[in-house]
Amino acid sequence: MIEVKHIKKGFGDKTVINDVSAVMDDGKCNLIIGASGSGKTVFMKCLVGLFRPDSGSILYDGEDFTNMDAADKKEIRKKIGMLFQGSALFDSLTVEKNIQFPLDMFTNWTLAEKRKRVDEVLDRVELRDANKKFPAEISGGMKKRVGIARAIVLNPKYLFCDEPNSGLDPQTSLVIDKLIKELTQEFNITTVINTHDMNSVMEIGDKIIYMYKGDKEWEGNNKEIIFSKNQRLNEFIFASDFLRDAKDMRMLEQTGKIDNDRNMEDLIR
Amino acid sequence: MFSKPENRKVYWKEFMHQCNDIGIGSLGIVVIISVFMGAVSTLQTAYQLVSPLIPKSSIAQIVRDTVLLEFAPTLVCIVLAGVVGSKIASELGNMRVSEQIDALEIMGINTKTYLVLPKIVAALVVIPMLVVISAGLGIWGGRLAGEAANILSTTDFDKGLLNAFLPYNVFFAMVKAYVFSFIISSVPAFYGYYVQGGALEIGRASTKSVVVSCVLILFADYVLAAILL
Repeated sequence: MIEVKHIKKGFGDKTVINDVSAVMDDGKCNLIIGASGSGKTVFMKCLVGLFRPDSGSILYDGEDFTNMDAADKKEIRKKIGMLFQGSALFDSLTVEKNIQFPLDMFTNWTLAEKRKRVDEVLDRVELRDANKKFPAEISGGMKKRVGIARAIVLNPKYLFCDEPNSGLDPQTSLVIDKLIKELTQEFNITTVINTHDMNSVMEIGDKIIYMYKGDKEWEGNNKEIIFSKNQRLNEFIFASDFLRDAKDMRMLEQTGKIDNDRNMEDLIR
Repeated sequence: MFSKPENRKVYWKEFMHQCNDIGIGSLGIVVIISVFMGAVSTLQTAYQLVSPLIPKSSIAQIVRDTVLLEFAPTLVCIVLAGVVGSKIASELGNMRVSEQIDALEIMGINTKTYLVLPKIVAALVVIPMLVVISAGLGIWGGRLAGEAANILSTTDFDKGLLNAFLPYNVFFAMVKAYVFSFIISSVPAFYGYYVQGGALEIGRASTKSVVVSCVLILFADYVLAAILL
């Protein structure tokens, strides 16, 4: 479990994260959503230690990560896997070597043992045939899957995904979401995902934190979000007519009514 | 800044990779520059030595000392600042911009130790070797040009080479080579590692690192000459 207590982060005069507290649950997909510039990427970078919060603390299973010395921080980081927005694969290494890299660095396994583990994770992300290819030779969706494979190869306890669906088509996005959800449940990982993708919110959002201009504006799950009365959240999530219709249809199905003054006949038609 | 390597084997592999990139990767240009710089030195020295009182073998002596004291360490290192420096800055800059450095940090790797240190150590090992090769090839190029242009025979050239040879000059050349190697690797590593932005900023960092390295090499060249000669 990751606990965030009153963290603040600013750059110069600009406050980006303003006194945010939250808990990321074990074995669940914890989604951080919000508009561009709402501070969710800075929030995630604070969680993984790429930025140091100006105040407040971040606890990994009760241990204060923020004020740890470098050696202890290193130990926590070995339990963290991260999928980056641009995948952040090492250009000069093949897919196989990218995934093998954390094993080379942190284990004393034999080459055969490493290869076996790499094959296992490649199978898990369904990329066995791409093992000899370089990152430049594979598609965006495949890069994301390689990024996930590299993130999980050391069996992390915490998985962070920054915009896992950015730049992907809806079908590939669903595959990535499904994969992250399955891995989270299979290995009881605490997964934290930054996303804009409404499909992800609805499909895998076990816990959702909505951020607005550096503040935590709303917290709930993918069932509760439909019925939220938070106007800013509704404006963000159901920004298009299509999504508003979908929301109202879902409410209609579940409650037999909708909570606004829209014309029911138009909606049903 | 630097810390104990997480896994010595991986670091050794990275060090060898950098030795190959910096050393073997730059060998071609060093060979070409060195041979021609020696050859041109012979021709230009012969052009200026018009007095019949000065023996022809003095040309070899002048070429030897010019190549050893200045051309091999300084000229070659300025060229390497462009070749190796821009490569280091753009490689690290690209890794920074594409979040590869962040990925390494999150794995728990000290990125300065893993990415910067092997480059600096590799440069300190292979660049002085390149300077030695350059000095040898420069003198050989001068010898070749002297004979080809019918300026002086190889026997005269060899005689001049051995005349009034000061081993201290080799020591001075090696001191310069080590100082310049550090500049060539550390300055671009700094600019590349701390780049912010995108492709445009990587290009800017690369250019700036080469300019700063060249200026520092020239400045260090003057300071070392003033102190050691």
